[in-house]
Amino acid sequence: MANQGHHTPWWKYFTFNTDHKVIGIQYLVTTFIFYLIGGVLAGGVRTELATPEVDFVSREIYNSLFTLHGTIMIFLWIVPAGTGAFGNYLIPLMIGARDMAFPRLNAIAFWMIPPGGALLIGSFFVEPPQAGWTSYPPLSEIASNSGQIMWILSLLILGTSSILGAVNFLTTILKMRTPGMTLYQMPLFCWSMIAASILILISTPVLAGALILLMFDIVAGTAFFNPTGGGDPVVYQHMFWFYSHPAVYIMILPVFGIISDVLPVHARKPIFGYTAIAYSSLAISFLGLVVWAHHMFTSGTPGWLRMFFMIATMIIAVPTGIKIFSWVATVWGGKIELNSAMLFSLGFVSMFVIGGLSGVMVASVPFDIHVHDTYFVVAHIHYVLFGGSVFGLYAGIYHWFPKMTGRKLNEPLGITHFVLNFIGFNMCFLPMHWLGLQGMPRRVAEYDPQFTFVNQICSVGSLLLAISTVPFLINAIWSWIGGKQVGANPWRALTLEWQTASPPPEENFLENPVLWSGPYDYGIDNVHRDSDKPVEELLSEVQGNAR
Amino acid sequence: MNIPNSIVTLIAGIVLTLISLWYGQNHGLMPVAASEEAPLVDSLFNAMMTIATGLFILVQGIIVIAIIRFRRRRGDTSDGPPIDGNLSLEIVWTAIPTIMVLAIALYSFEIYNAMGGLDSAASGSGRNNPELAQKPGSAIAAPMPKERDGEDLAAGVGASPGREGSAADVVVDVKGMQYAWIFTYPDSGIVAGELHVPAGKDIKLNITASDVLHAFWIPQFRIKQDAIPGSTNQLRFHPQKIGDYPIICAELCGAYHGVMKTRIIVESPEEFQQWRQERIASSETDNNQLSMLAPSEKTPSDAEYASRYVEEKMGIDQQVLQQLH
Repeated sequence: MANQGHHTPWWKYFTFNTDHKVIGIQYLVTTFIFYLIGGVLAGGVRTELATPEVDFVSREIYNSLFTLHGTIMIFLWIVPAGTGAFGNYLIPLMIGARDMAFPRLNAIAFWMIPPGGALLIGSFFVEPPQAGWTSYPPLSEIASNSGQIMWILSLLILGTSSILGAVNFLTTILKMRTPGMTLYQMPLFCWSMIAASILILISTPVLAGALILLMFDIVAGTAFFNPTGGGDPVVYQHMFWFYSHPAVYIMILPVFGIISDVLPVHARKPIFGYTAIAYSSLAISFLGLVVWAHHMFTSGTPGWLRMFFMIATMIIAVPTGIKIFSWVATVWGGKIELNSAMLFSLGFVSMFVIGGLSGVMVASVPFDIHVHDTYFVVAHIHYVLFGGSVFGLYAGIYHWFPKMTGRKLNEPLGITHFVLNFIGFNMCFLPMHWLGLQGMPRRVAEYDPQFTFVNQICSVGSLLLAISTVPFLINAIWSWIGGKQVGANPWRALTLEWQTASPPPEENFLENPVLWSGPYDYGIDNVHRDSDKPVEELLSEVQGNAR
Repeated sequence: MNIPNSIVTLIAGIVLTLISLWYGQNHGLMPVAASEEAPLVDSLFNAMMTIATGLFILVQGIIVIAIIRFRRRRGDTSDGPPIDGNLSLEIVWTAIPTIMVLAIALYSFEIYNAMGGLDSAASGSGRNNPELAQKPGSAIAAPMPKERDGEDLAAGVGASPGREGSAADVVVDVKGMQYAWIFTYPDSGIVAGELHVPAGKDIKLNITASDVLHAFWIPQFRIKQDAIPGSTNQLRFHPQKIGDYPIICAELCGAYHGVMKTRIIVESPEEFQQWRQERIASSETDNNQLSMLAPSEKTPSDAEYASRYVEEKMGIDQQVLQQLH
């Protein structure tokens, strides 16, 4: 019966369930709903910016639209989707474990997300916070106080959830691998989760510190960051970015892992440079901790400090470059199956390159002084977090959907989704580079009329992006209910999660899985590629051929 | 690799280099360069654009070629060749980016130094720099401003290397407030809502804010500095092209952040002197601060400007104001 998928009754997804697979899907669906909400807010922003005047929403509401858009997309979509959803679903399966190390803690971490999200969205209806997702004081201390406090409390809850998740990921990866699996036999997604979890553990507490001090300033009238009482607003910026720059890597590292696992399967070739990719994740994790002040080149930081942070930031291009070149070398010479998962993966690589190149540019102090806080930076972060993280998350969804549901997503709809998404994304964000260089600052509800036409292109692009979500939603819902049923391993993949039924039974494996090959040994032997055979049969076949 | 293949690769490499070099110089993405600092930043940006264009075409080109050449044929269930690495190739693509980013870092460092970013007087050590206090002003036409170094200057962009330690030709105190910039010329007491500066001179701004963070940005000059309540940052620059340029607030400062704009007017030194004299004369006859703050007649949002003040300072109900608009 092992090849027969194990389907969890639908109501279990609404309970305090400790099965990592249920939790992973709970994370994925919840965060995707927040993604849609964040997208609606972005739609509001782009609608307002279709004309140079303020005519769609009031200035205050406009500011709260982009404040909540940024906060939701980061803290309720990309961070919990990359780590919470994929980390929870995949790690135990990939390392042959029966569950996460701390299943109950895991469920608690998930169940902190809905109240955190409700608090954040509730703030919009109480008194919309309007100081941006960075919430720099003194503005955040004087504008919409009650909304700002809800924003702070929400982030404290979400940050705690993130820390609990990271403890779980690290312990699970280090302690619960199936007997015989060394660190170097793990899929690269696990390496990237080690790197991301370390970052979460080191940096999130500092954000909590900053937010608690900010709250004291608002509630108790202290003056940690309030200059009228002798406080220093720049100290908040240091503390905030000590978390929020690593947060960028927390958002991209799991996706790096996803890409490293999706590309070899659909290119039918081993990953190129396993060790280099694994170590570069750790290098990015370490370097990511010492670059935060590159967000503050115009904040009055001393010249020598700016030089240090400039060089440290630019060096990150090296491990990132290693990954990009390795991925390109992985697909080169393979047998590329251009399905939705592969399209989104290759889309990820090509879009992330643009974000990476503009990232090196904004690291350069003299250039950053010109483009800091302009649309150039808006373009840059979206190429990294949308063209990067979101494309990668989509690739992961298309790739692992058969594992989660036992059914494939529909390919024509998936390709439509990709094409619309790719065109809309570039139409929306590519022109923003020009806007920023020419003189349009970010976070403005009204702008110089000379920028009208280009802003309208961006707005049309954002509309296309919104439309592109429709085929995906139809596809996901329809395929989940009545999509084409597939066997345990429709992609003929080699990583362990595919060596059990789809969806996997409770406790994942009937017995500790045996490693019959490395995770990426494509082109080496063809014994176990037949997805129609039950897992036991495959196992006995392989054990018969044991090397 | 056979010979025709290497020739194709070689030609592709040459074409890619030529395209990158051409586009790096001719992208036309930057606005007019109107200060001495702007061409420095632009040359750095051009260098980075050249490298970025090359890498962009290289990576995207390889991906597109791979998709075309290595598509799985229908019915082919075999795998690609089991190549899992190549040490020399990996060393090359680690070493080349390392050299490139170090080169960009070094170039950025040079440019930043040339702009005055590493002037010790502007790097936080200005407070106790005895040399500065003793240095007499260099011979310049404009009257010597009272230097305020040594008080509470925080970091910013200071004097370019040749001018370190020397006083600026024109000093202006800049204050950002919701939602306007106030410019005070300490030597003459002039207070203005627009910034008048003489072309070709060394200008020093002491930038601060009275309420929340703002950022002083002139895109055509490629300079920006945050205005931080409670501390003063200096920004030195050299306007070159005569004309009007926008001064934009680049740091979110509240609801009307998007309209916190004014102008910098770069004039010939004679015109600047004339403006200065007129301003001094008018302030002697008219002590009303508000008349000196009068924004330009050209600014279309004068009425809006005033209403904003009412709203912010007098606490008139937001809703009432919205109904009025």
